[in-house]
Amino acid sequence: MAEILNNSGLFLALLGAAFATFMAGIGSAIGVGKAGVAAAGVLSEQPDLFGKVLIFQLLPATQGIYGLLVGFLILSNVGLLGGGAQDISLLKGSLYFAASLPIAFAGFYSAIHQSKCSVAGIGTVVKKPDQMGKALILPAMVETYAILALLISILAVNGINGIQV
Amino acid sequence: MQQDYTYAVARIRYRETKLLSDADLGSLMASKDVDSCMRLLRDKGWGNNGELTPDSLLKLEEKKLWDLTAEIIDDLSVLNFLLIPNVFHNLKVAIKCITRDIEPDGLFISNAVEDPEKIYQAVKSREYGDLPEYMRDCAKEAMTTLLQTSDGQLCDIIVDKACMDYVYALGKESDNDIIRLYCELFVASADIKIAVRCANTGKQQDFIRRALAKCDTLDIDRLCAAACESRDAVLSYLGTTEYRSAVDAITVSMSAFEKWCDDYLTSVLKPQKWEPFGIGPIVAYIIARRNEIKAVRMILSAKVNDLPDQTIKERLRDMYV
Repeated sequence: MAEILNNSGLFLALLGAAFATFMAGIGSAIGVGKAGVAAAGVLSEQPDLFGKVLIFQLLPATQGIYGLLVGFLILSNVGLLGGGAQDISLLKGSLYFAASLPIAFAGFYSAIHQSKCSVAGIGTVVKKPDQMGKALILPAMVETYAILALLISILAVNGINGIQV
Repeated sequence: MQQDYTYAVARIRYRETKLLSDADLGSLMASKDVDSCMRLLRDKGWGNNGELTPDSLLKLEEKKLWDLTAEIIDDLSVLNFLLIPNVFHNLKVAIKCITRDIEPDGLFISNAVEDPEKIYQAVKSREYGDLPEYMRDCAKEAMTTLLQTSDGQLCDIIVDKACMDYVYALGKESDNDIIRLYCELFVASADIKIAVRCANTGKQQDFIRRALAKCDTLDIDRLCAAACESRDAVLSYLGTTEYRSAVDAITVSMSAFEKWCDDYLTSVLKPQKWEPFGIGPIVAYIIARRNEIKAVRMILSAKVNDLPDQTIKERLRDMYV
């Protein structure tokens, strides 16, 4: 029983890393896909706008990178990257899992909503190419919340590393 | 599964920039003859590289619109509410040609959701079961009525009522506000026109009742009673409905009322220019493009027939862009 509990800590930490990566990754995949569909529609009519619409398509991609970063930090802290996994208590594993939640959920939802904003921005650029800057700021605002979540996840993962539980 | 219109709307966004504006129509009006108009339209991307007559240019533009629509929308049945009137028009043509023993060459509207030839053959052989379900009963009734009474007007109202009922049903089925509004306005404006014309010509209550179709924004019983009474009674009743602002237009003429309907629809559709998702922007673009073609047709006809500009200006609709 004790052995199971000990391994559960490592399992939960790994689950946290996976959760941060795949939730934020799924959000980004949906977001980039949606913006890409709109970009393809524009390009079939106006191929010279490729450079502009590509930026809009890439905006929702960052959440996936944030999720990857948090997952990477957790794996590093529990020693899975170096090949020498530490003994992680059930409580510590649970804390790592909890630390992954902000970027997992905020990453997932912000990427999807950012893509909607990007699609609208693409529509604006088609009609008024000179308004590219303003149209780009609006979806970029959604990024704020993914960055806030990333910050909390990173601070939490680093803080947990120093706790002796 | 619900269709995703993101790609379609992105393409429509670009196409909206190519729609004619009020200023463009002003330039067309100011052109001295048809050739100048055609040159201006060619500069705006209308037509193809070949030489076209005004009529073939308008047909080509209508075809381009529906080719684009078919290209960007997987399931066109979502736009049936726009095309169904063409199907019922073809049914009327088929019935009248068969009863008069003439060929319907060039009378069918090809841009319809049902094959006109199939409708013609089904009506000719009295195999009403071969027709789509929504037109079987009315086809049989209209054919029988025309054969028994030779009353073309009665035949028309049977088919038109079936058309309005079906468009109303399509609007009710739709979960899109724009489609619902279009269908409601389609039926309500037809009802108003029927009521005013029936009042003007002193039609009997049975006839009016048979012609009017149910809709949400008009009380058909009251409209029918008013139409039996007089034109003023119809206008007085409309003054109590949400179409009170149309009363002035109806007082001027029915074409002024048709303009009011189109302008009202355009004003409701305009917010779709900023809507990035859903079928709404596509529907708005199709309606705007049809209005644009209608406006150009009026201007070209005026130039061909040397009509005064004022006559056209009174009829020109507000543009979407």
